Amino acid sequence: MIRDITLGQYYPGSSWIHKLDPRVKILATLLYIVALFVIHKFSGFIVAFVALEAVIIISKVPRKFIWRGLKPVLLIIAFTLLINMFMIKGEVLWQMGFLHITREGLRTAAFMGIRLVLLIIGSSMLTLTTRPIGLTDGIEALLSPFKKLGLPAHELAMMMTIALRFIPTLLEETDKIIKAQQARGADFESGNILRRAKALVPILVPLFISAFRIAQDLAMAMEARCYGGSVKRTRMNEMKMGSRDLVAALLFMVFLALIILQRVFMG
Amino acid sequence: MEFIKADKLTFEYKKTNDAGQEISTEAIKGVSFSIEKGSFVAIIGQNGSGKSTLAKNMNALLIPTTGKMYVDGIDTSDLTRLWDVRQRVAMVFQNPDNQIVSAIVEDDVAFGPENIGVDPAEIRQRVDAALSGVEMSDYRKKAPHLLSGGQKQKIAIAGAVAMEPECIVFDEPTAMLDPAGRQEVLNVIRKLNARGITAILITHFMEEAAQADQILVMDNGEIKMEGSPKEIFRRADELKAFCLDVPAPVALASALREKGIELPEDILTTEVLVEELIK
Repeated sequence: MIRDITLGQYYPGSSWIHKLDPRVKILATLLYIVALFVIHKFSGFIVAFVALEAVIIISKVPRKFIWRGLKPVLLIIAFTLLINMFMIKGEVLWQMGFLHITREGLRTAAFMGIRLVLLIIGSSMLTLTTRPIGLTDGIEALLSPFKKLGLPAHELAMMMTIALRFIPTLLEETDKIIKAQQARGADFESGNILRRAKALVPILVPLFISAFRIAQDLAMAMEARCYGGSVKRTRMNEMKMGSRDLVAALLFMVFLALIILQRVFMG
Repeated sequence: MEFIKADKLTFEYKKTNDAGQEISTEAIKGVSFSIEKGSFVAIIGQNGSGKSTLAKNMNALLIPTTGKMYVDGIDTSDLTRLWDVRQRVAMVFQNPDNQIVSAIVEDDVAFGPENIGVDPAEIRQRVDAALSGVEMSDYRKKAPHLLSGGQKQKIAIAGAVAMEPECIVFDEPTAMLDPAGRQEVLNVIRKLNARGITAILITHFMEEAAQADQILVMDNGEIKMEGSPKEIFRRADELKAFCLDVPAPVALASALREKGIELPEDILTTEVLVEELIK
């Protein structure tokens, strides 16, 4: 069961969006999220929705995958909707006991709901269309100006790369430990929460030990392969901004301009 | 020409015990030997005999406590030339999982050349050549955790080859593999050796050691025997004293000889034994 977990949620493809420079995509996603919070009218969401829809269509990522990313957070969205609906004061539309629904409440709830859905789909488009390695490379490149301030950009990116690489290995390890403990009569499925939490200890302790052992082995292997931090290090896949990235950046500027204009002139 | 030379090398592991005292265990006890450029050398010995420690001394992962280790004439204890040493002697470890750094095969192979600052276009060439050298080009974009143990080990070897070393030390690379994976990895090692790369193979499997040009037998931190496979496996009784066996065909041939069947002394592989028996 535990082996089925896919790495991140990258959807392999060779669309125009897939081929964009990760730096452009990361920055665009961040600005897109900011834009969602700038919008304060439904008409603004239409612009954001059309833009996102265009990205989805160009990227050729099946809706199924996008839906999969949205599912785990539906509960949180529903909760936000309910809180907003009942808690905001204003013109009362419906009342029962202490519960009441107001016009303003409905509006805010719908507003928040749309904002969250767009936000989650927007950011999952980044991870769906960018290889994990591309993401870490992009983050390293974007953070490197802060190196002068003492931010260990390369080390952070290397940590992320290694974490991504070892998620499946550690999952396999966990699987093995669970089976080994079950074979010796450990019971993980019955009892109350406290008992079940206690039952996890015999899994976590060996898991930590083996994680440390793996780390030691890996450090030795990296040293043997001349790893010495970011000093004089080169990359096989250098990130290069192409005309494609310029076009994407321009299109995104148009989108941002529309959002800002809409805020200024329709507010 | 000798490529690796150990001169009265000793190595001690230092450990602090619960009482705060420093305990040192001598893992290698004054060993001297030399390995010729382009040769294929196997190091055998039981667990704890010091063979892995010796291997790690060959590319400056460990520095001798006393004595010297020279790689291509460079003293490994000279820390200013650390990278020169590690570029000349690459290493492949036992556990295929714990030595792969990246989540994509070709990025992992590129890791070594990236570290030593090779030009991107040349890294690409080296990666492609290394992957086709181990017949793993079709898997370049795959995630390592989806590969079999033997395939992962071949990726690790490609990663070592991409650094264009003159020598590769294999520290029990087949210990965690199934027989098919073992055979594949061994074929790759022999192919690399045929291309002129010095191969040092640490192994538990006598059949693998039998394919080398030279065997070093280690026990208790010392080199007890040294010679060609034919010379070493002729001395089965001495090997037994170090808890080592001879390869199955060698054992069978000597048992047959005792029964009065005439067979030459230098049979090492099943193929040769079968041929001799058919005659």
